[in-house]
Amino acid sequence: MSKRITIDPITRIEGHLRIDCEIDGGKVKKAWASGQMWRGVEQILLGRDPRDAWAITQRICGVCTTVHAIASVRAVENALDMEIPVNAQYIRNLIILAHAVHDHIVHFYHLSALDWVDVTSALKADPAKAAQLAEGLSSWKLNGRHELAQVKDRLAGFVGTGQLGVFANGYWGHPAMKLPPEVNLIATAHYLQALDIQRKANKIVAILGSKTPHIQNVAVGGVANSINPDSQSVLNVERLLAVKGWIDELADFVHNAYLVDVAIIGGFYANWTSYGAGITDYLSVPDLPLDGKGTQLALPGGYVPGGDLARYHAITRFGDEYFVKGVAESVKHAWYKGGKGALHPYEGETVPEYTDFQDNGKYSWVKSPTFYGKPAQVGPLARVLAMAAAKHGPTLKYLNFVLDTAGKIAGSQVPLSAVHSTIGRHAARAVSCNVQVDMLGEMWQRLVDNIGKGDVDTYNKPVFPKGEISGVGFHEAPRGVLSHWVVIDDGKIKNYQAVVPTTWNAAPRNEGDVPGPYEAALVNNPVADPERPLEVLRTVHSFDPCLACAVHVLDVDGSQKSKVHAGCYSPSYSNSCDLG
Amino acid sequence: MPSIPLTRIVVLGVGNILLSDEGVGVRAIEALGRQYALPPEVTLLDGGTSAMEMLDDLAHADLLIIADCVRAGLPPGSLIRLADDAVPALMKLKMSPHQIGLSEVLATLVLAGESPKRIVVHGVEPASLATAMRLTPTVEQSLPKLVEALAQELRAAGVAVTPRTQPELTV
Repeated sequence: MSKRITIDPITRIEGHLRIDCEIDGGKVKKAWASGQMWRGVEQILLGRDPRDAWAITQRICGVCTTVHAIASVRAVENALDMEIPVNAQYIRNLIILAHAVHDHIVHFYHLSALDWVDVTSALKADPAKAAQLAEGLSSWKLNGRHELAQVKDRLAGFVGTGQLGVFANGYWGHPAMKLPPEVNLIATAHYLQALDIQRKANKIVAILGSKTPHIQNVAVGGVANSINPDSQSVLNVERLLAVKGWIDELADFVHNAYLVDVAIIGGFYANWTSYGAGITDYLSVPDLPLDGKGTQLALPGGYVPGGDLARYHAITRFGDEYFVKGVAESVKHAWYKGGKGALHPYEGETVPEYTDFQDNGKYSWVKSPTFYGKPAQVGPLARVLAMAAAKHGPTLKYLNFVLDTAGKIAGSQVPLSAVHSTIGRHAARAVSCNVQVDMLGEMWQRLVDNIGKGDVDTYNKPVFPKGEISGVGFHEAPRGVLSHWVVIDDGKIKNYQAVVPTTWNAAPRNEGDVPGPYEAALVNNPVADPERPLEVLRTVHSFDPCLACAVHVLDVDGSQKSKVHAGCYSPSYSNSCDLG
Repeated sequence: MPSIPLTRIVVLGVGNILLSDEGVGVRAIEALGRQYALPPEVTLLDGGTSAMEMLDDLAHADLLIIADCVRAGLPPGSLIRLADDAVPALMKLKMSPHQIGLSEVLATLVLAGESPKRIVVHGVEPASLATAMRLTPTVEQSLPKLVEALAQELRAAGVAVTPRTQPELTV
């Protein structure tokens, strides 16, 4: 007999993601992903000055502030068909990359590693053996025996005093936890080190963005940073050198700890390469513009249907028609008025129509986006596959390293096809982070060189015409394709739609009743103990869900009672099970 | 160069300004900075709904004062003050919509051995969390009281809180 479980994880901010699974014979047979809150932030923007939209949209989400700011200014600039100074592109690129590196480190270590790493098992580790293992695979400076013994002592202190804090609510001792104590100790040590390292990325965003968590320097037409190599109060040599120092520290950790950890953990969990593929039509967009209009982009992106690299269709520039014409959103299974079929974002409507949770009807506040009529998976895996298809050298180098290292640990070769999986998404995120941290260094050099040539321009003034114009700004954000679509009439916003990464991945069934990426990925996922559905969380967390901006009831009190609470996007990943 | 302050105090406004009264904490620190000149040891921080990004700012603070929208079942617009041991209890009760993020940041600081020495929360009971950039009239009326409570908290900590004779120009 099948059993139904409802996991209603509390995401970190206001968005709630609910996952329902029908389980039979220890496996998920059917799944539903449901966003539990309506935001309608787009409505706030109607009638406003398009130059203000970025500052408002970056308040949509506390995790991804900068990405909405970037996509918004790009949308308005695209509508105006305007060019911005190349320095502005470089400064934006540096912010984008620092944010992405920060986000990936935090997601892996602080938000999802504890799905795989049993912290309490680390107490049984032999630090000398752990150091030998770690030093055999990586030159990371903090892998020594002394360092690891200290971490073990610290951990024992927390456990001894009953103050596990952020480690209090993990699924410790769950049968699906497979790592040896030594690997758990190494991963726990890096968890703690990552807490420190991630701050360096945030400092870069703060220096260039003038403020964090909400950057202040972006403007339609460029950035508001004044450049003067010799001045004390603006972007000068001293600040640029500080940024370079942080980039180097980040690169050291990302290359020598993060990438290696993911390969080791992947090797021990090689069986997880057969779960969680789901939708294998992948969509990403190119990013990191090198010229004023975004006709040349440093990182490739595009559509990889069926995970087949040979069928890669590149998206080549800002405003690329292939992307613009491909996107539509269905509300057939979402709590909005519909009946018009899937609509293009310029024609998008967001009129709420709440029903109860209906398995075969409407059940989510998330719309269902499609690319040329089909659901698409977005995120680091989509990005890495597109970059591999485009034969991007650094991507291939890091990807091969992970596959080779995981293969050595697993004792059998791990093929590229293994990435279409739950654990593969973590591997791809690490590969992406490695490429991005290198690009941080490259963009820094480009900025410094360009300033060296005497170019200190950072802003072109936008001029809004009479009449109606429209534009799209896309951005390959940490969680995948983000696009903002704006229609401007006489200089005022007439329509605004944000199609965010988690909307693509957490989509409910679409116009043709085809399940979205989370839903598809959960089918056939094993569940050893329905009371403690760790395996379901592994697959959902591998997408790095962030619901705050994906969902459009403000107060859901009393609407859906949760069965299992699981910190879906909370660092502690607090699972207080109150299964009724 | 200013001398290194002996104490470090952070006044943190949290909440989402797109969800009406949810943003009252952010509005309060904006108003606090407009009305009062504060010495360099005091940092006003607009945390919005972020979390891990604030680690550095909150680490090793001698005093952390949090302004927030708090759902405590009181009449809308009521002010509430929680200090010390009552703060973790607040976090546990999940009265505020975004405190999951903030409570994790604080737990992480414990793990890193960098916890603020003292934490005080000043909250306002919301009337509405509807999508809008303005506070409801009820909470708008409580805003000056919240700002005054924050200023009083600073004075009690020995901070010179000087009213600005001319309000600082802001947009």
